[in-house]
Amino acid sequence: MAAPSAVLQSEWTKVKSVRSTVWTLTLALLLTVVVSGLICLAYRLNWSDMSAADRFTFDPTNTSLAGLWFGQLALIAFGTLLIASEYSTGMIRTSLAAVPQRATFYVCKAAVAAGLTFAIGIVISFVSYFVGQSVLSGHKTSSLGDAHVLRALIGAALYMTLMVLFAYGVATMVRSPMVSLGILIPFFFIVSGILSAIPGVKKFAKYLPDQAGQKIMQVVSDPDNHTSYGPWGGIAIMGVWVAAALLGGFVLLKKRDA
Amino acid sequence: MIQAVGLTKQYGAKTAVYNLSFQVKPGTVTGFLGPNGSGKSTTMRMILGLDAPTSGQVTIGGLPYRSLPNAPRRVGALLDAKAVHGGRSARQHLLCLAQLSGIPARRVDEVLGVVGLQEVAGRRSKGFSLGMGQRLGIAGALLGDPEVLLFDEPVNGLDPEGIHWVRHLMRKLAAEGRTVFVSSHLMSEMALTADHLVVIGRGQLLADMSVKDFIAQHSTGYALVRTPEEGGARDTLSKALTEAGAAVLPEEDGALRVTGLALPKISDLAFDAGVRLWELSPHQASLEEAYMRLTSGAVDYRSTQDPRQGLQQAPYAVQGGYPQGPPPPAWGHQPQQGWGQQPPPEWGRQPYGYGQPPVPQGQFGAPPAYAAPVPAPAAPAAPPAPAPAPAPAPAPAPAPAPATVPPQAAAPAAPSLSKPAGSDSEDAR
Repeated sequence: MAAPSAVLQSEWTKVKSVRSTVWTLTLALLLTVVVSGLICLAYRLNWSDMSAADRFTFDPTNTSLAGLWFGQLALIAFGTLLIASEYSTGMIRTSLAAVPQRATFYVCKAAVAAGLTFAIGIVISFVSYFVGQSVLSGHKTSSLGDAHVLRALIGAALYMTLMVLFAYGVATMVRSPMVSLGILIPFFFIVSGILSAIPGVKKFAKYLPDQAGQKIMQVVSDPDNHTSYGPWGGIAIMGVWVAAALLGGFVLLKKRDA
Repeated sequence: MIQAVGLTKQYGAKTAVYNLSFQVKPGTVTGFLGPNGSGKSTTMRMILGLDAPTSGQVTIGGLPYRSLPNAPRRVGALLDAKAVHGGRSARQHLLCLAQLSGIPARRVDEVLGVVGLQEVAGRRSKGFSLGMGQRLGIAGALLGDPEVLLFDEPVNGLDPEGIHWVRHLMRKLAAEGRTVFVSSHLMSEMALTADHLVVIGRGQLLADMSVKDFIAQHSTGYALVRTPEEGGARDTLSKALTEAGAAVLPEEDGALRVTGLALPKISDLAFDAGVRLWELSPHQASLEEAYMRLTSGAVDYRSTQDPRQGLQQAPYAVQGGYPQGPPPPAWGHQPQQGWGQQPPPEWGRQPYGYGQPPVPQGQFGAPPAYAAPVPAPAAPAAPPAPAPAPAPAPAPAPAPAPATVPPQAAAPAAPSLSKPAGSDSEDAR
């Protein structure tokens, strides 16, 4: 019986010894910070044109994390490659021969991914926040001591972690990295955005994992975008999606031939 | 010990393995033979609990793999040389396997040394040749110092030195009392390595016996008899032999293949019939022949002759094309091949010549002339790992190939007409 601690250690070695980890996580950091900074810059430049109402509902915390919309794509790639690269290279056979207890393998891999993503996520959200605040300085800013700001920043890391786990679950189900990325990236980059813009569908789109999860990063409530759930409710909805994806992946991994 | 009982695996409508039962005992090398697609790898995967059998079961030391306590310490396996993440270095790959079963990191360097990969341990395995991949896979199998070892086609892609090394490694592991189960489709290789054979075809057991018994049972010895051409001597003798209860088959070159009679008896009969003999020679079918005969009905992928319709015919004809006479498909039943040991499948391939010649590395004294940039260091200096290292990238062969083809093709083609072809290539191995 491979001890969970051994599997964790091994998965940690695995994740840190491939370049795709460094690549995807660095990309997530860069995309999020740079895009957030640019969005904040755009607000700063147009500040004088904004109405008083717009200024009032402007959410400096959320805006300085807005780049996550791009950054999450790199995180999805990270979550996908964690497992799909094992399938595409055939490593999965070696892994499962070494850890015949597939539940242990699956959970440990997820745990390593989650731990690493949360740590990187904290870095991403704080760096992005401070960059955004410095760009916005002199206009409307928030500070860490303000109500809900810390929740938003830690929540962002939580959101990233859940996103990686969602991708991991989906990738375990479909196995191929190409198919998995082909489903997830258009979905989060395009489909989710389109659905939330269509009036009739909008209220359902709010329950999509990314839309629900992003609620936790909101500090100033937006009357145009009312939801029936709060920030933690939103993350819980996302959690349900993630749990479903992970469970689907697990059931298939367990019963499928490797 | 590995024990399979009624092992059956279906993938949808296709039955990959059907009702397979066999035992693999410790202290011996057991060869697992079968044509391509006969279910060898499927069986290996089932032994390792990767694929679940549709029915039946396979156990290691009495337990299914997935319930074995500390399985990776008890069973080591090489399934597929390319089953590694190419982006990870050889050392890191082995390290993550080692950590799983609580094997100290020091052991990683030990096995890297054993398989001769220490020089490239830090390199990403993406750039490895097939042979290096096999070595890495073997290193992974040896990592836990396991009592049961499974190797799926371990010699694929290895150079002669590597093949030799694997052969000795298997024998050594078995001599240490371990259970060694090696699959291959090369009977000639198994003849040199294995003590015991499990042969399957189309997923079903064809034979489970020692190599010696296998040859005895599946190869029929025969005598080749040659008489003068003139005066119906051949017919006279043929008749006499048939009457004495022998089976007589005329060979294409005028000789007779006689089974069922001892050599002295044939001589006596010839003497009585007043027929002079020019040749009377005993023949024992080789293991390869026995294997071909056994599996001939169970080959899934059989090549057909390439008609090259609408393609230029001329150049191939000039290069010698096929060796004279019909090409291999009929294998074991062909007269010429009865001589000496069976030349393995390369035999059929060589005469084609075009594309990559089968690269006679170093061994034959003439290191292939790879232009200037990569001078000598590869071939003679360091035999184990470094040799294949420069191979993958530069794509050496194609350019010089066309020029060198005719002589190369001529060489193997010629002896296949006169007899000693087999012994010839056997020496080379």
